[in-house]
Amino acid sequence: MKYMDEYRNPQLAKNLIREIKQSAHRTWNIMEVCGGQTHAILRFGIDRALTPEVQLIHGPGCPVCVTPIQKIDLAIQLALETDIILCSFGDMLRVPGSKTSLLSARGQGANVQTVYSPLDSVKIAQQNLDKQIVFFAVGFETTAPVNAMAVKKAKELGLANFSLLCAQVLVPPAMEVLLSDPYCQIQGFLSAGHVCTVMGYHEYEPIAEKYKIPIVVTGFEPVDLLLGIKECVRMLEDGKYGVQNAYTRSVRREGNVPAQQLMKEIFEVCDQHWRGLGSIPRSGLRLKSDYADYDAEKKFHLIPEKNEEEQTVCIAGEILQGKKKPTDCPAFATICTPENPIGAPMVSNEGACSAYYQYEKR
Amino acid sequence: MDEKEKQPITWSCPLEQRDKSKIVLAHGGGGTLMHQLIKNVFENAFKNPLLQQHHDSAFLNIQGVKLAFTTDSFVVKPLFFPGGDIGKLAVCGTVNDLAMAGACPLYMSTGFILEEGLEMDILQRIVQTMKREADHAGVSIVTGDTKVINNSSGDGLYINTSGIGIVKQDPPPCPSQIQPDDCILINGDIGRHGLAVLNAREEIHFDPELESDCMSLVPAVLSLLNSGIPVHCLRDCTRGGLSSALNELAEESGLSFYIREEDIPIRDDVRGACEILGLNPLYVANEGRFIAFVPKQYVSEVLQIWQDLYPDLTPKQIGFVSENKGTPVILENAIGIELALPMLSGEQLPRIC
Repeated sequence: MKYMDEYRNPQLAKNLIREIKQSAHRTWNIMEVCGGQTHAILRFGIDRALTPEVQLIHGPGCPVCVTPIQKIDLAIQLALETDIILCSFGDMLRVPGSKTSLLSARGQGANVQTVYSPLDSVKIAQQNLDKQIVFFAVGFETTAPVNAMAVKKAKELGLANFSLLCAQVLVPPAMEVLLSDPYCQIQGFLSAGHVCTVMGYHEYEPIAEKYKIPIVVTGFEPVDLLLGIKECVRMLEDGKYGVQNAYTRSVRREGNVPAQQLMKEIFEVCDQHWRGLGSIPRSGLRLKSDYADYDAEKKFHLIPEKNEEEQTVCIAGEILQGKKKPTDCPAFATICTPENPIGAPMVSNEGACSAYYQYEKR
Repeated sequence: MDEKEKQPITWSCPLEQRDKSKIVLAHGGGGTLMHQLIKNVFENAFKNPLLQQHHDSAFLNIQGVKLAFTTDSFVVKPLFFPGGDIGKLAVCGTVNDLAMAGACPLYMSTGFILEEGLEMDILQRIVQTMKREADHAGVSIVTGDTKVINNSSGDGLYINTSGIGIVKQDPPPCPSQIQPDDCILINGDIGRHGLAVLNAREEIHFDPELESDCMSLVPAVLSLLNSGIPVHCLRDCTRGGLSSALNELAEESGLSFYIREEDIPIRDDVRGACEILGLNPLYVANEGRFIAFVPKQYVSEVLQIWQDLYPDLTPKQIGFVSENKGTPVILENAIGIELALPMLSGEQLPRIC
């Protein structure tokens, strides 16, 4: 299959692995920010193949893992209202809030529908004019433009029954939080190719300068990942820092400008709470006041409960910061499994714990 | 920064502790939870040597005649999907379970649980499909039962079937017959049924539309047995997909299987859809695919028989059996790295991005 097989070419992959191992004269700690990359790394065994020359640290880029508990509680609260249909991406459904998950709420009669695109929820709004449709807008810069598009489209269609419950997050501020930690072990970053496809990579240049760290824009197929790692190792070995693009077939420095304009038209930057990381200034997006009618929190006068996050045996916070691996957690694969998850990273297809459970358990 | 903000970031994940006293959907998903349920609840209560054969059918010896006996229930939603309907599934599922025991299916029973309000026309269409599929598989539906439940306590219609057939090979194909060096063959490309049903249920529109692979496996099995090929084991790759079938058999035989991902036939449209939805095709359900374990010298003969029978399918050898290596199923993945291929855990959920 085009754009897949050539990037899974076994010979090419083996050559790249050999080149990386030969070029590294010590162990380098490189973080892949995105959960999709974590899964591909584990699925294809890239982490094992590169040990000990490269230690891959898994980052916080799992959108459902970092969505705050309070927002999930609000989503559940909305879904339990009789005249509301809550639309969500599939892997958000099993992530628990403070008491229950959307999936369990659905079992109790809540109206929760899985959609594959927020635009599908606009269609649902058109077909159900007697109901209020709320789309649970989670995710990084990858989902923001299409979520913005849904709002724009709903406005164009004059739909008064559509709104977003917004928990959009931004990558660069989270990277800064990780780098400013005095115990930070990260020596290089693979930044997420799809985020950079939208945003470009110019916004990473000041971070690379400030922290004197290499950041390599990287794709998701095995050969893409190995190309990104190879470039990052080369920069580390040469003592260089800055931003390089190893995903040129998709990413331009300036990114997708119309998508960015759309985001700017609908959203504005705000402080955001990240589950597991805490509150990060200017790391989220919220609807602009012009679009307040499409903001579910304003529309339904929702007030998030300030419940203290209770401490459990789960070390998901440290895992999301790359300080620990899922296998360091006493709960991993014992009391915490995909059937009975204790932490959000065990739930999602992009969570590091679920990747480890799937590919590294035995 | 005030004192509070300086504190190390801590995680709180007051995750819902799933109530273990209740049945959850994953108990029926073909993965680990379902196996635990069968072992801890059903086997524990019904314990007997026939049940402990752990095969798709039980082998019964009745006055010198070896019979295979099986049952299955069908709760698919939607009732109609591209490539089939619940009636076709009900007949094929049961005759396939018999075929996997090396048996020629003879008779079936069927029980209908109908929801009040179901359109008579829908029932008629499903019954007609069942008749057609039963004729095709050479079985007669000889007994049945009907119950009607209150409106909105079901999804329109559930079907339960049982089947009985005569075992055609001695010893019959079963997990204990699997030998080191046996070759593992599959009769065609995987992943179509699960995606076709998911697409129909969630109204995702792939173009061209994906059709279920639902079909009777009786001809594909009987043609091997009639050719005198010593078939060591057969297993259909239904719920939990190819991966679960391999893991179950590796565990039951006490051996390890070595699989090359590159050799597993998957159509491009299925691969593409799985990539988009974030699903692993090795875990996606099939209703017309099975794996066969045969000695090395019969591989080309088996593949030829299947190819002649179904020219549109791409039967392949996907791996071989080895002594127990400590890992039940070892997958040489697309880039040539060996990894464990575990059984499906929980349910597969489509991802965000």
